[in-house]
Amino acid sequence: MTDAHISVRDLTMAYGSRVIQRDLTFDINHGDIFVIMGGSGCGKSTLLKHLLGLIEPSQGDILYAGESFVHATPERRDSMRRGWGITYQSGGLFSAMSLAENIELPLQLYTDYSASDRADIIAYKLALVGLDGYQHFYPSEISGGMRKRAALARAIALEPDILFFDEPSAGLDPISSSLLDELIQQLQASIGATVVMVTHELPSIFSIATNSVYLDADSKTMIAYGDPKHLRDHSDQAIVRQFLTRTASHPAKEHT
Amino acid sequence: MKPSMPMTSTSPLFELLTDQQDGAVLVLSGDWVQGQAHPGFDKLQHDLKKLGPKAMVVDGAALGAWDSILVAFLLQCFNLCRDQHISFHSRALPATAKSLLQIATAVPAQAPLSSVPQPWYATFNFHRPLRHLHKTVRESLEFTGELTIALWQVVTFRAHTRFSDFLGFCHQAGPDAFAIISLTSVLVGMILAYLGAEQLSQFGAEIYVADLVVIGTLREMGVLMTAVVMAGRTGASFAAQLGTMQTNEEIDAIVTMGISPVEFLVIPRILALVVMMPLLTLYANLLCIIGGGIVAGGMGIAPLLFFNEGKDAMTLAHLNVGLLKSVVFGLLIAVAGCRAGINCGRSSAAVGKATTEAVVTGIVYLIIADAAINILFQQAGI
Ligand SMILES: Nc1ncnc2c1ncn2[C@@H]1O[C@H](COP(=O)(O)OP(=O)(O)O)[C@@H](O)[C@H]1O
Ligand SMILES: [Mg+2]
Repeated sequence: MTDAHISVRDLTMAYGSRVIQRDLTFDINHGDIFVIMGGSGCGKSTLLKHLLGLIEPSQGDILYAGESFVHATPERRDSMRRGWGITYQSGGLFSAMSLAENIELPLQLYTDYSASDRADIIAYKLALVGLDGYQHFYPSEISGGMRKRAALARAIALEPDILFFDEPSAGLDPISSSLLDELIQQLQASIGATVVMVTHELPSIFSIATNSVYLDADSKTMIAYGDPKHLRDHSDQAIVRQFLTRTASHPAKEHT
Repeated sequence: MKPSMPMTSTSPLFELLTDQQDGAVLVLSGDWVQGQAHPGFDKLQHDLKKLGPKAMVVDGAALGAWDSILVAFLLQCFNLCRDQHISFHSRALPATAKSLLQIATAVPAQAPLSSVPQPWYATFNFHRPLRHLHKTVRESLEFTGELTIALWQVVTFRAHTRFSDFLGFCHQAGPDAFAIISLTSVLVGMILAYLGAEQLSQFGAEIYVADLVVIGTLREMGVLMTAVVMAGRTGASFAAQLGTMQTNEEIDAIVTMGISPVEFLVIPRILALVVMMPLLTLYANLLCIIGGGIVAGGMGIAPLLFFNEGKDAMTLAHLNVGLLKSVVFGLLIAVAGCRAGINCGRSSAAVGKATTEAVVTGIVYLIIADAAINILFQQAGI
């Protein structure tokens, strides 16, 4: 199998001397919707930041289409990142800019479109996420769900081939979050991107994920890797099955 | 949940009995409620160690009233048994107490973070400020390096710095600050004049108050007061803006877009303050002198006389000293503010800390720089 789009090899992540996760090795294939799962604080966002190159690993490597990202020069990293669309856990929209300016920035930086073409593209991207007409609103003037969608619009501004999401539907009501899932799935299908997503939402996981990894906070490493529907029924780790069936947050012990 | 308390409560007791060949029974009796001195856990620990059973049964048949202290005691027993590999059982415990114990023991305790062994000197207090200093110096050097690179990019027109951002910050740092600068400047001018007039009148040389106000303002007070106000106003707001962007992951978004946050966020702020400070200083100088003139007028020096006298003191050299200082101070305040913001942690508490740090370091920097410049000029005879 050499279809891996992203390969993580023996990755160890630490803040200072405090190890968060160690020895992570897995592949994300082209066209996957890949979910990073795990309890709160196990290091999901940290893993995502390593994939994005915002934090340097203390050991191991990350390869994009076979090319090392960890050892790439800053210039090479920037050009690899050009094909990525990213939404952050807290949104990451520029609060001092309107939605239109947020989406326009990457277009200005990396394309030669004229100003009027850019305006058309902005309207089109906003329409994709159902926000056409909100060009002149600032992130603080729209609701949380709209901000998530606006962030998605910015993420797809440059036709990315990888989309990264950190808890895209956290804090949304069930309807908005399932609409967002649907949107992600449709966009993925139409632009053919690989999607890497951190989420706890079981409906999202089962409806859209094609592959996943489970990070465990206690053993500080990955304890499951595979299709979440398969893991739910057949994982050899009880905690993974419990996570995926949302049962027994307290694995009650017997006192006889 | 708490069984009704009997009128007379008996004191809580336990007794450790040997059961079969390697089991033990812990019989609890009496009322395990607050206000009752319950038998120490140490004793049980001691007895249990001596006995060394493979299993222990807690028997609650003889229990009277109970509250949290009982469950806390049971939890201690449970943990002790777990640590000593004794299997823990219970019988005839009140149902609620049993289920509370179950909940308390269901989630395995998080393994405490492995603590890195500290070298001996780490236990001394002086290590902390030293480490802090080391971190500060390293961050400052890194920041200065990045800033220099970014400035080079600006000079060679390759930077991702937006002119519109620069204009926006100029507006924030300049016209928006006029009101407060006006107030402080007039008052400082008046204070200067009062101070001088008091002393000079002893020699009948009141008229030289004009020289004192003009020279004092141009070289020192006008620019210093402006800088202090700007440190509190603009330096702090730079730190708060950038700190919020850090917590909001906006800075991460900028980095992953392939833009240097220093070019995009820091440079326009620094340039704006460096450009606006001399202008604000000129304005402050003017109002300071007017303030001095008002006080002098009150002391019987006619305005015309005051300005005539002052005009002679108003040399280009004095003015330039102040303007040079204003550029340096503007740079220092903006750098202190932006550095604190960029290095801000990722919580709202960290934003508050960054703001404080911006103001404190900004003012300390500018006073050190002021002293240094004064000494330098004194040596050079300017
Ligand atoms: N900047 C940081 N510095 C130090 N520790 C951090 C930092 N960010 C996160 N952590 C710690 O790393 C662990 C994993 O955090 P994170 O990746 O955010 O978890 P989650 O899986 O919930 O996204 C947590 O214990 C958190 O306290
Ligand atoms: Mg997270």
